[in-house]
Amino acid sequence: MVATATGPLVIVGAGLAAYTLAREWRKLDAETPLTIVTADDGAAYSKPMLSNAFSKGQSAQDLIQQTPEEVAERLNAKLITHTEVTHLDLPTQTLHLNKGAPIGWQRLVLATGATPLKAPVEGNAVDQVMSINSRQDFSRFEQALKGKKRVLIMGAGLIGCEYANDLAAAGYQVEVVAPSESLLRGLLPAQLGQALKTELERIGVRFWLGPMVSRVDLEASGALQVALTNGQQRQTDLILSAIGLKPSIKLAREAGLAVQSGICVDRRLQSASDRVYALGDCAEVDGLNLMYVMPLMNAARALARTLAGQPTDLHWPAMPVTVKTPACPLVVYPPRREGDWQIEGSGANLAAVCRSGEDVLGFALSGDRIKERNNWLKAVPPLFSQ
Amino acid sequence: MRKWQCIVCGFIYDEAEGLPEEGIEPGTPWDKVPADWECPDCGATKDDFEMIELG
Repeated sequence: MVATATGPLVIVGAGLAAYTLAREWRKLDAETPLTIVTADDGAAYSKPMLSNAFSKGQSAQDLIQQTPEEVAERLNAKLITHTEVTHLDLPTQTLHLNKGAPIGWQRLVLATGATPLKAPVEGNAVDQVMSINSRQDFSRFEQALKGKKRVLIMGAGLIGCEYANDLAAAGYQVEVVAPSESLLRGLLPAQLGQALKTELERIGVRFWLGPMVSRVDLEASGALQVALTNGQQRQTDLILSAIGLKPSIKLAREAGLAVQSGICVDRRLQSASDRVYALGDCAEVDGLNLMYVMPLMNAARALARTLAGQPTDLHWPAMPVTVKTPACPLVVYPPRREGDWQIEGSGANLAAVCRSGEDVLGFALSGDRIKERNNWLKAVPPLFSQ
Repeated sequence: MRKWQCIVCGFIYDEAEGLPEEGIEPGTPWDKVPADWECPDCGATKDDFEMIELG
């Protein structure tokens, strides 16, 4: 048993990564002081639930699972909300905040998440291009949506497709503009992307694939005029940008910690500085930055043990990505090296398997074929083996 | 027979259907699902996450 440090554990962030870690760690260590610093209100919610909420009629308020007061009590934690960390000073183990006194840490976990990429768009209504990557964002979008009918989504990746499905199912007129030729490119073989497109079109989603949005201007009528790079014009009420996320690494970079696309950590989630860890969307673990829930849950449990004095290496098994598009359910495990795809099935019910020789490298299943998930999961290699 | 929803990702476990592909037979009540079972969609564990009873 390694001696447990008794000074405070400080977590920056209050998303799924931060709160899952805190809950898991509290099961192992009920005593050590815990402080959580967050720029938002500190209410606990689950981000994956945001992209399914409109069709269920859920509001930003409904999505709160615990109030900040309940979180603080259940985690036996001090919550510092609506507060930005401005500087992370490694030599003195101090966090400087945009208000209030600096706070010291014995061990620090960065769970700062990710930030939506900004599209290079011109026009007088650029500020009306919205993104949803938090419950606060969801709340703003929900307010803007009141009394409106039409939504234009930029991007045909996982988030773009999930919101397209959800908003169409909630009765909105949805169109998607994306430069890629097929949906979820990079995650799905084109044939499955086509199956998803067909099923989303069936529930009313229109697609403009190939061009990007170049201008957004507000019309006198209150509608948004959207110009595409191919010269096409569209009119809409709201624009949701879902073109991607970048890990929030500014704090770590400015502190001098190693960063690449994310904050570089080893399989113990430890950064270039011992006593500083990173978890979730902001972390790049051994070169991998996976912004999905399953890797995050798994990593939170491993880090909780490490922080409780049981050093634990991360073992990432093969973790499938579930795409929440009820019009065409999808489960995907993207191959990590080149192979040949074989696709069988028909319509929206497809099973695609990627092989190299005898080795199964990845798979993508749609419709009722998602039931085969476990068979293929057993066949693919783990991400990080023991 | 009841349904339980994962509060992390929204996955629904339907007792009537079970999860035969994971060896959980149709008709398996929630309290008979193994304690080390994890949500197939997000990896949340059974005892870590409350499941919302849908009725």
